[in-house]
Amino acid sequence: MITYAIVFAFACFGFGLLGTLWRMLAGPTVADRILALDTMVINFIALIILYGIWQGTAIYFEASMLIAMVGFVSTVAFCRFILRGDIIE
Amino acid sequence: MDHDLTLLPEILVSVFLVIGGLFGLVGSIGFLRLRDTMQRLHAPTKATTLGVGGVLIGSMLYFVMVEGRVSFHELLITLFLFLTAPITANFIAKTHMQAKLQEKDLPPSGGKYGWAVYDAPPGEENDPGR
Repeated sequence: MITYAIVFAFACFGFGLLGTLWRMLAGPTVADRILALDTMVINFIALIILYGIWQGTAIYFEASMLIAMVGFVSTVAFCRFILRGDIIE
Repeated sequence: MDHDLTLLPEILVSVFLVIGGLFGLVGSIGFLRLRDTMQRLHAPTKATTLGVGGVLIGSMLYFVMVEGRVSFHELLITLFLFLTAPITANFIAKTHMQAKLQEKDLPPSGGKYGWAVYDAPPGEENDPGR
């Protein structure tokens, strides 16, 4: 049963990743595109954790932690660049 | 992969995984279907908090009940996501306000100073460098 649950969650987050990719390509404003990138990072973290449960190993938590940090820093850098024209003043 | 479990942990982990997946799906559908950028900012927070939170709780229960070891990595990831989600949303809202909204479109800030996106910080109003 847990295998079916993992497959279901994989399908949900995979569809979410595709949807946010579409919003990033089509999104009318810059803020939409940045938000789509941020949401893609969130969905990807969930996918990595699901893969860790699927394999039964805890080695993927470090990977998801690193991706969470890189995603946050990149989102802030994008927003700073749009807002101020510079990232670190 | 063979998941050999007794019934109760299996049901618990499955329920949390399905809840997480559903909320992730709801967040993405809302992100696709809502009309305005400010409305779209609202939807993916569900995917962040409840979706990833459900998956992380499921993962924690799985490793405690099946593998028999307590892991705190999930708590770290949850803490980091919950700390950074409001900062990210604030920055994206400010980006949208600067790009698409004029200062006259907004209600008054109700305080001594104006909105931080448009006005100089307090004490630097007469700074010639700005």
